[in-house]
Amino acid sequence: MSETNSSYSGFWQQGQRRGILGWLLSTDHKRIGIMYLCCVTTMFIVGACLGLALRLELIAPGPTVMSAQTYNATFTVHGVIMIFLFIIPSIPASFGNLLMPIMIGARDVSFPKVNLISWYCYIIGAVLAILSIFTGTGAPDTGWTFYVPFSTQTTTNIDLAVMAAFMLGFSSILTGLNFLTTIHRLRAKGMTWGRLPLFVWTLYATAWVQVLATPMIGITLLLIVFERVFGAGLFDAARGGDPILYQHMFWIYSHPAVYIMILPGMGVISEVIPVFARKPLFGYWAMALSSLAIAFAGSLVWGHHMFASGMSDMAILIFSFLTFIVAIPSAIKVFNWVSTLYKGSIQLAPPMLYALSFIFLFSIGGLGGLVLGAAASDIHLTDTMFVVGHFHYVMFGGTGFAFFAALHYWLPKFFGRMYNHKRAVIAWALMFVGFNFTYMPMQVLGVMGMPRRYYDYLPQFTTLNQVSTVGSWVMALGLLVMFVNLWKGIRSGTPVGPNPWGGATLEWQIPSPPPIENFGEEDPVVTHGPYDFKGVVADEY
Amino acid sequence: MSEQKHEPVPFRTFIQVWICLLILTVTTVIVSRIHLGPWNIWAALGIASLKSSLVIFFFMHLRHEMRLFKIGLLVLLVIVAIFIGVTFFDVLYR
Amino acid sequence: MSIEHRDDTGARFGMWLFLYTEVILFSGLFLLYAMALAKFPNDFSNASHRLNIYFGTVNTLVLLTSSLSIAMAVTALQRGRTKLTLILCGTTVFLGIVFLINKYFEWSAEIGHGIYPGSHHLAEQAPGVAAFFNLYFFTLGLHGLHVVIGGTLITVVAIMTAKGKVTSERYTLLENTALYWHLVDLIWIFLFPLYYLIL
Repeated sequence: MSETNSSYSGFWQQGQRRGILGWLLSTDHKRIGIMYLCCVTTMFIVGACLGLALRLELIAPGPTVMSAQTYNATFTVHGVIMIFLFIIPSIPASFGNLLMPIMIGARDVSFPKVNLISWYCYIIGAVLAILSIFTGTGAPDTGWTFYVPFSTQTTTNIDLAVMAAFMLGFSSILTGLNFLTTIHRLRAKGMTWGRLPLFVWTLYATAWVQVLATPMIGITLLLIVFERVFGAGLFDAARGGDPILYQHMFWIYSHPAVYIMILPGMGVISEVIPVFARKPLFGYWAMALSSLAIAFAGSLVWGHHMFASGMSDMAILIFSFLTFIVAIPSAIKVFNWVSTLYKGSIQLAPPMLYALSFIFLFSIGGLGGLVLGAAASDIHLTDTMFVVGHFHYVMFGGTGFAFFAALHYWLPKFFGRMYNHKRAVIAWALMFVGFNFTYMPMQVLGVMGMPRRYYDYLPQFTTLNQVSTVGSWVMALGLLVMFVNLWKGIRSGTPVGPNPWGGATLEWQIPSPPPIENFGEEDPVVTHGPYDFKGVVADEY
Repeated sequence: MSEQKHEPVPFRTFIQVWICLLILTVTTVIVSRIHLGPWNIWAALGIASLKSSLVIFFFMHLRHEMRLFKIGLLVLLVIVAIFIGVTFFDVLYR
Repeated sequence: MSIEHRDDTGARFGMWLFLYTEVILFSGLFLLYAMALAKFPNDFSNASHRLNIYFGTVNTLVLLTSSLSIAMAVTALQRGRTKLTLILCGTTVFLGIVFLINKYFEWSAEIGHGIYPGSHHLAEQAPGVAAFFNLYFFTLGLHGLHVVIGGTLITVVAIMTAKGKVTSERYTLLENTALYWHLVDLIWIFLFPLYYLIL
């Protein structure tokens, strides 16, 4: 490929329009994917800065850098941005768009225009979310869950924030239905269900959740607006409403939503591990079907967020029991990754380091999930810092690290250039150490009894809070090194050929960066599975 | 890619279905005037389900679609049943 | 350079998926309804008596008929009878407007009696009655919004048919719009007994 490298730049140069309009009006899945990638990364950096501010505030008891009201607004906006604007769209909308059509041998998604509309819905949602901070009567202060009755009574700018979440939900639905149709209808010749890369399988399961669960949050958010405008009392017990039903409806979406967040991350890990262990993935069908099982079981367990809400004991019992069922398919995945590593020829390239730390951190978070899923221990730990620690272990240690693994694994594909490996490893080490120093103390603090979302704390919690805050700085440094390294890499790194890692899936068989319609004149014909490494050699770079 | 096109459904079929729907509407109004206690709501829902299957299978051509569409509908109904059914474990036992 | 692979089945499947999302959207309201009905069966019965069953029944017949006409419009277009298609689309939109006018008179009467979300009159009623009417206005309002959207879509597709952009060869757009209209009808099929006929 070296003879074409100097002038060739794939989809970056080709297209009907030039300049900025060539991006804003493009229906090419790769360009939309890159636009999503830019947006979610920006939102991640904004959310991370807010998170750092929260940690800084908690460095000592009492007020330090912000007022109590600002603190409430900061954790709300941190949550809204990280959940709705970063994690939910992070991997499916960016890497899903970039890769899914290529991986199944299609030239684009089924509805390219709908894909673009979904990006605009995302942008409208992002703009509304940001407007809600700076306009009206102050940034929302309810937490990202918008629980009634506070959310229907607070004077802060809830309406805009709620509408932002509504638009983002719409964007997520459109992406989901587009992916489902694409995976069903546009697979290349020979791309049977048994040859789909696991990343596609997880996107498929995710897309079902997106389509079937997201509307529930849509209606719930509309009800909040209705309530705020008319004061009808739908969730007001005095007027025939039921505040706990709000929590049901909210978690009917928001619990499956955590599988929207984690499943694609698991898919990324399932792609990375076989390539760097040079072994076919262990238990392909178990991995594929466990994704569907997680998606289904995940929609049965929303009530485990509500053990302390006043729900009936019968419901607590049932939800607690059902919660443990989700552990089974999740454990299948972890065991299969580890079995894939067994006797593999492991190569500790940067994507692999992130993937391995994903398994480690996600397992810690997952085990904490069992502690919270058991009703007896949850009554004590609910609404403590333990929940915050657990949540960040699965979401940041899980999805976040999977996102970084995906960045390190696939960016060379789409930019045609390689970043500096040594700096990538340094960044990973800083982040991994900083991560554990940030969130492990939170879990301990939770067990000791420190509540979450509190502005102040008792003096005996000071040391661990300080460790956590210093850990957040180490992690931030790691993030900084990583982003600078990746940026330098895509600007001026060494050019790479089609297959720098020696992957066997379809995206590694086309040039880097891929051309506009992915494949040349001929549609690809698939003759072997996604992890069949026989005869696959990595390019030198 | 094999294109599947529907054969046009004759007007007569649609009109027959429409007449059934009208009859069922009248039935549901009449049934609701008879006092059956809690069975009133189940009768109403049963007739509504019947009417909606007629609309789905004939007007919306589900009869002629691939199996995928039917499985999708089944998944949808299961999910809706779960959402509403499991919530009752809370409300009924509170 | 064009990515022109037509996939009519894919387009219909996408539309069906979208309809699923609409069903889930309304299922949230059905959930609230079911829980409130289980809690206040008598209040619900009393409140339901205050709705005008004639408006409800007439609107049901109107919507069922409009569903028939849009289903026939698809057949007409498949057979290449463009003029008949346009007439049937027009009928559907007309019936949709009749539905909304009916709804307007019904709601005006209720609001005239002091029944609307957040009203003093409702606040003084039993909690179940207030819950019933809050849900009634929100659910039927959302359904009415869908009628407006559906009617607009049919109008747009009818204009495209008249201009020859939707033809007996490429009729998926009309088919999908018809699917949307049928969904509006489907939801009404459930709303009608739940709100007007509970005794």
